[in-house]
Amino acid sequence: MDFQVVILAGGFSSNLQPLVSKEVPKALLPVANRPVLSYVLDLLESSNLKDLIVVVEGEDAALKVGGWISSACVDRLHVEVAAVAENVGTAGALRAIAHHLTAKDILIVSGDIVSDVSPGAVAATHRRHDASVTAMLCAEPVSGPSESGVAGGKDKTKKPACYDIIGLDSSKQFLLHIATAAEIKKDTRIKKSILCAAGKMEIRSDLMDSHIYAFKRSVLQKVLDQKPTFRSLKQDVLPYLVRTQLRSEVFPDEKTVEDNGKNNMQNNEVVLSQILSNASLPSFHQVYESGLNSRKTYKCCVYIADESKYCVRLNSIQAFMDVNRDVIGDANHLSGYTFSSHHNIVHPSAELGSKTTVGPHCMLGEGSQVGDKCSVKRSVIGRHCRIGSNVKVVNSVVMDHATIGDGCSIQGSVICSNAQLQERVALRDCQVEAGYVVYAGGEHKGETFARK
Amino acid sequence: MESRRNPRAVVDPKVRQVGFFTSSQPDSTHQPDPIASESHPVASSISPSGNSLSPVMIPPPRHNSSDTFPLRAAAAAASAVSPSSFSYSTRRDFPDGSMTASPGRVSRASFSKPSSSLPGVGMDSMAAAKSSSVPASGLTTVSVVNMPPGLSEKESDQKKNSKPLKEKTTKAERRALQEAQRAAKAAAKAEGGKAPLVSSGSVASTNVKAAKPAKPSSQKNDVAVAAPGPSEKKGGQTEKDRKKDAPHPRMQYDDESRVVKAKRRAVVKQTEAKNRVELFRHLPQYEHGTQLPDLETKFFQLDPMHPAVYKVGLQYLSGDISGGNARCIAMLQAFQEVVKDYSTPSEKTLNRDMTAKISSYVSFLIECRPLSVSMGNAIRFVKNRIAKLPITLSESEAKAALQSDIERFINEKIIMADTVIVKHAVTKIRDGDVLLTYGSPTAVEMVLLHAHELKKKFRVLVVDSRPKLEGQLLLRRLIKRGINCTYTHINAVSYIMHEVTKVFLGASSVLSNGTVYSRVGTACVAMVASAFRVPVLVCCEAYKFHERVQLDSICSNELGDPNAISKVHGREDINYLDGLTNNANLQFLNLMYDATPSDYISMIITDYGMVPPTSVPVIVREYQKEHSLV
Repeated sequence: MDFQVVILAGGFSSNLQPLVSKEVPKALLPVANRPVLSYVLDLLESSNLKDLIVVVEGEDAALKVGGWISSACVDRLHVEVAAVAENVGTAGALRAIAHHLTAKDILIVSGDIVSDVSPGAVAATHRRHDASVTAMLCAEPVSGPSESGVAGGKDKTKKPACYDIIGLDSSKQFLLHIATAAEIKKDTRIKKSILCAAGKMEIRSDLMDSHIYAFKRSVLQKVLDQKPTFRSLKQDVLPYLVRTQLRSEVFPDEKTVEDNGKNNMQNNEVVLSQILSNASLPSFHQVYESGLNSRKTYKCCVYIADESKYCVRLNSIQAFMDVNRDVIGDANHLSGYTFSSHHNIVHPSAELGSKTTVGPHCMLGEGSQVGDKCSVKRSVIGRHCRIGSNVKVVNSVVMDHATIGDGCSIQGSVICSNAQLQERVALRDCQVEAGYVVYAGGEHKGETFARK
Repeated sequence: MESRRNPRAVVDPKVRQVGFFTSSQPDSTHQPDPIASESHPVASSISPSGNSLSPVMIPPPRHNSSDTFPLRAAAAAASAVSPSSFSYSTRRDFPDGSMTASPGRVSRASFSKPSSSLPGVGMDSMAAAKSSSVPASGLTTVSVVNMPPGLSEKESDQKKNSKPLKEKTTKAERRALQEAQRAAKAAAKAEGGKAPLVSSGSVASTNVKAAKPAKPSSQKNDVAVAAPGPSEKKGGQTEKDRKKDAPHPRMQYDDESRVVKAKRRAVVKQTEAKNRVELFRHLPQYEHGTQLPDLETKFFQLDPMHPAVYKVGLQYLSGDISGGNARCIAMLQAFQEVVKDYSTPSEKTLNRDMTAKISSYVSFLIECRPLSVSMGNAIRFVKNRIAKLPITLSESEAKAALQSDIERFINEKIIMADTVIVKHAVTKIRDGDVLLTYGSPTAVEMVLLHAHELKKKFRVLVVDSRPKLEGQLLLRRLIKRGINCTYTHINAVSYIMHEVTKVFLGASSVLSNGTVYSRVGTACVAMVASAFRVPVLVCCEAYKFHERVQLDSICSNELGDPNAISKVHGREDINYLDGLTNNANLQFLNLMYDATPSDYISMIITDYGMVPPTSVPVIVREYQKEHSLV
């Protein structure tokens, strides 16, 4: 279909410290014991997209990601990994691989999306309107009632950060305004010309930009070339395109080229395009264009995913917890596992001690051992973990090879791989870095354990 | 009104003597063949005008495009032979054929090839080597899909994922094969009949002749294509023979088993609407709003579909493109893209494979929205051209010839036709006229704009109807040019008809009994106008003419979105019918077209001049002769 797919897998994101480490780049963070990147790859594969370019920040991370992909997807997908310098941003990453982009349109997918929205729908919308850019918007994820108060305090401080202010036209097909909450302190400016042309603007704050974009390659490359300072797709490129949709600076020279064409041929083409454009209900772009016939406009479209679809980005620790919970909970069709009748997954090789209960929406990885009288609720426990007796694990993620001593109590926390918790540690809303040892008997709340 | 009904009974017999060749062949209405068989002796003469058979003369003003036909054809033939530099075939460059699958893939394959030669290993060295040469980063292939060598990636995907689609193409191929066999048989027959004539012909000319007898059957097949579902293959040879003579039945959507069969083959998910009006059960009606999202999500799964065709299909489905001319142009442009990106698979010939491809695309487009007559004619033209490509042409030459043919069709049959129509129609507009038009016909709009440019003083009454309100778009464009307009809805048409001096209407199609098949409401306007003794002029390009005869608008029509008439656009608060859509006692009927009987029409303005509706069959015959000679 003449689409190229680029997955921006990021590198060692600072948002996710201390979960990411030299060993585990962001793309390989486990969600229900599978790297988050695998969800994206599965999604694309289910849409029959098998030629992928994965862009990773940093050589080390690229090696790691490449190694994982080659072991996991060999024979299924044709994946190429490109390493770009760190901290170039999403736009910079695309600039670096721009010379590999050859197709007419580019589908850009963030590597940290866990979603079941078909990327084909975005592409189809893009093609239908012949748009320059199409962004996929999805409903702001509603934090389920399950996380009762545990992460409540954190929620309030984090949530506004991912709100986007999005302006749509009355048909809900075109993007008129987009601003991320980070930019908006108190006020936001809306272009008058766009507002006048569209006549009506609907401003929504319940939609979230899901970082799946379809770009026209020519437009994308021109913007990247002309604006070397742009770093981020979402914060720079997309708002820029939306802002300038009625007075394009991207194609200044196209009109003059047309004038040099043969008179007769051009005449025919004008009639042709007129017939075509008269045939349909004109979008406000066309009305505006015909009003000032020297201007060239382009379209910024949106595809709004159905509310029943699941779409979350894993871009913060809170999101990491939420995604883990949802994938084995409400959105379990994404995980690819089959759930037992108790709505949980306990690997057959996992060993459970006596009087240990594993509640619904839990997952116990391969070869893990859980001692006596434990209780595991709404948590993901990785492979080959050793958990002692009398341990309570609630709303938490325990990664592979972690060791948890007797009598620990873990709530709303993330224990990274190879970490060790000695006896009677009580953690609440904590993150433990990979390989860290938490000494016995401590009681911690909201702390981050990492080596300095 | 009643006074107008009486003459109709007198006119009716005229309907039955469709075509003027009935004298020689009494049952010509039922047999499509006579048109072609009669044209046989004429076919040997080169110029389309040198035809002594037609008892009715075509009105003199023929536009120059038709005169250039033989010239252009000659030029095309010359260009097809002379440039030897074009004569290599692209297949020879890429012997395995997998690289030529699509243009995007060619270049991709070329840059990923070096890295895939060392898959999985040496990522460091690769990246380093690349980054030293290019400032930007290189790509490392970490995972490759292993394919058996002879098989292209696309094909194998297709095999794995889209079983039904695959079947479909084979079916189309099978039919292409069938058709070819039929053509060969017919050619053998023709050669037996006219051996002396053929003896002088070259390869190319026999080819043309061979294709000619096959033409009527392919025409019928167009109708078959228009109805995705008739039991194509189950019949034996005898049934096929019978079918060749009789026109193919349209798909009747009240025939359960066939609908189920068609649905199995369909690309677009089709949920039948539950409550349909009894009288229109035979027409397809799907639950609106279910098709588009489904098709959208399948975007990448439809591998054999060309992106351009897919886009056009989406636009039909969502209503982004409507109107006979626009839909036809959009489709032809998509086909041009298809031809451009086409490469013959190995072990297949271009003529057959391309026909099969086009057929599969057409059936996809039909699933999106039923074809209009104009599109049917255009498809017939394209297929005809493909079938008649000399086998000696190389692939690139054949593609270039096809592309220019399609281009020529658009330019001559649509754009030139419109300019000629405008030229004719403008002579009918006098100062002080009050012109009424209905809906938003392209040709009429051009007429009005041109008349305004000629500084004629006239007023326009735009009559419109719900739910599409296309007239508003026309109104906007007319007003922008400074034309004095009045806007009203069709309910008021009898009140304003007093002041009207002429009615200009557009048409989706003109059938050979002079019936004008057009946007629903046209018949009403035409009847009111003729009751008021106001002349009704229909502007319609000749490529929209069809030899079909239709007496009512029931047997063949299109059903629109029922929700469109239950809701008022832009007024969410008017929701009296909400929640009644699935009520068993309520059926919505949103007809798209109606048929205006020929006695309400004073004149049809077409690119061959201004003719009475009774002369339509002549044009149909003439036009198709020219069509096949192109």
